[in-house]
Amino acid sequence: MNIVVCVKQVPDTGSERTLRPADSTVDREGADALINVLDEYAIEEGLRLAEAHGGEVTILSMGPPRASESIRKALSMGADKAVHIVDDGLAGSDAAATSEAIAAALGRIGFDLVILGSESTDARMGVLAAMLAERLGLPQMSLASEVEIDGQAIRIHRQADYGYDKVEASLPAVLSVVEKINEPRYPSFKGIMAAKKKPVETLSLADLGIDPARVGLAASGTEVVSFAKRPPRQAGTIIKDDGDGGEKAAEFLAAQKFI
Amino acid sequence: MAEILVLAEHSGETVKKVTCELLTLARRFGEPAVVWAGPGAEAARDRLAEFGAAKVYVAAGEEFDEYVVAPKAELLAGLVAAASPAAVLVASTPEGREIAARLAVRTGSGLITDAVGIDEGLVAELSIFGGAIVVHSRVTSGTPIIAVRPNATTPEPAPGAAEIVPAGTGVSDAAKGARVTGRVVQEGGERPELAEASIVVSGGRGMGNAENFAMIEKLADTLGAAVGASRAATDAGWYPHQFQVGQTGKTVSPQLYIAIGISGAIQHRAGMQTSKTIMVVNKDAEAPIFELADFGVVGDLFSVVPQLIDGIQQRSGG
Repeated sequence: MNIVVCVKQVPDTGSERTLRPADSTVDREGADALINVLDEYAIEEGLRLAEAHGGEVTILSMGPPRASESIRKALSMGADKAVHIVDDGLAGSDAAATSEAIAAALGRIGFDLVILGSESTDARMGVLAAMLAERLGLPQMSLASEVEIDGQAIRIHRQADYGYDKVEASLPAVLSVVEKINEPRYPSFKGIMAAKKKPVETLSLADLGIDPARVGLAASGTEVVSFAKRPPRQAGTIIKDDGDGGEKAAEFLAAQKFI
Repeated sequence: MAEILVLAEHSGETVKKVTCELLTLARRFGEPAVVWAGPGAEAARDRLAEFGAAKVYVAAGEEFDEYVVAPKAELLAGLVAAASPAAVLVASTPEGREIAARLAVRTGSGLITDAVGIDEGLVAELSIFGGAIVVHSRVTSGTPIIAVRPNATTPEPAPGAAEIVPAGTGVSDAAKGARVTGRVVQEGGERPELAEASIVVSGGRGMGNAENFAMIEKLADTLGAAVGASRAATDAGWYPHQFQVGQTGKTVSPQLYIAIGISGAIQHRAGMQTSKTIMVVNKDAEAPIFELADFGVVGDLFSVVPQLIDGIQQRSGG
C-alpha cells in the first residue's frame, strides 16, 4: 500500500501567536513551530496501516523552509521518505490554493491512501481533506475515529455529534482522522538517527506545473480587512470554599440571571 | 434583490436552531432562500417561514443522507450557477465546513469559516488563536461562502413566504464515493448539542472517574445545559470523545461555561475562552483556568457542586 500522510507545521499554541502587520498573514517565524497535533495521529495511523498491510509511508508537507524540521520529526516516527513543497510564491495561499498544490504533488507521488489530521490548530478550518477529495475525484473518508482496510475496501467510523456513521468506500481515497483514532508513538532514538538519512524531495511551483498567479497571497479568495488583539478579560471574583462555596456560586448565577 | 442561499441544518423535519440564526443573518444582505437537502421540507416550511425564508429550494432524495457531503456540495453548486446568489451561508459545523469547502473549489469562490458575525459589505468577524485576535475579513473571489459559528447570532423572527421550489436533478455517481452503511447514536440524546447550547458544563481530570460524570450531567440538567469534557477526561475514557472541548475537540462560545475540575491548560482554553461568562470550581488555587473565571470557587468539587445543584434547584423552584 502506498500511503501519503500530509503534515503541516504550525505555530505552537502555547506561544503567543500573531498575524504579521505587513500583510495580515500568520506569523510563522516568531513563535515556536511544531507538527500540527492531529497530524501526529495521521502519521501514526499511516504507520499502523503500512505495518498491517505492507507498504510505504511518504510524508507530504507544504510550508516554508522551516517546515523541514517538522518533516524530519515525522520521519523519525517511522515514515520512509518525504516530499516538501516549498516555494516563496506559495506564501499567503488560501485553503483552495493549498489544496491545488497538494493535489498536484499527490498526482506526482501516486498513492492508495492519503491521510490528514482533520483540522490544523492555526487556521482550524478543517477543509483540506474535503477539498482534496473534490479535486482528485476520490471518496471523502473524513473525521474518522476508526479505520479498517479490507483489500480494496476502506471502512471508517465518521465522528458526529450524535455518535458516528459507518462509512464505506473503495481505495484510492482521502482519509482524515480525529483524536480518538489512536495513540501516536514517540520517536525512538534509533528512529531519530535514521530520519537524518531518509530522502526528502523538494518541489517548487515549477516542478508541480502550477501557474504562480493561481496561488499565494495575491491570488487568495479572501482578504483581511483589519485585525486587532482582543482586550484581556477583566479579573473575576474568586472565593475559597468555606462550606458555602456552592451556595455562593448559585447566588452568582441568579444575579447573572442564568437561573 | 439578490438571493442569499442558506443551507438548512435539520434532522428529518426538525429545523436546527442554527438555521434560524443563518436566516436572521441572511435577511440583512438579501432575500433568504433556504436550500433543503433530504426529506422533511413540507413539515418544516412553517418554521422556515417564521424566520423569513422567501424560498425553500428542495431536493428531497434519500441520497443526501446516504452519501457523505459531496451530494450537498453538488446541489449547492447547481443553485449557485442557476440563481447567482450574493452569498451562501452554512453552519460552521465539521460537516458544514466540508460542504462549503467542496463548493468553494467547484465555484472558484473564496471561503470563510467560523465567522461569529457578518457586517455590512459581507465582512465576516472571526475570533482566532483561541480568541486572542479579532479579525475582519471578506471574500474577494466568486460567490462569498461563509460558514457561521452556531450560537453566535440571536435568531429573530420575521415573516417570509417560504415558497417551495423543487431543485436538483438527482445526485451524480461522482458524488457517491463515500457511502453511509449505518448510524450509531450514542448517549446524550436529550441534551442540547454542544455547539448550539447557551450553557455548557464541563468536567475534567478532577472528576476522577467515569461514574462521577453523573454529577456533571446532573448539574447540566438543572440548567438545561450541554455537557462537555476536557481532553484528560476523554483520553481517560470517562466521557465520549465527541464531547471534548479544546484544541483538538470542539470550540464553544456559550453564554455560560462552567468548568469543574479542569485545570485550564492552553489546549482546553483554546476551545472555550471566548465564552461570555465563565465559572470555575477547582481545588487548586493556582490552576490557570482561574485567570479566565468571572466567578471561581477554590474548593473540593465533590462538596461544592452538590451544593450548587441544590442552590439552583431551590431558586428555580424545582
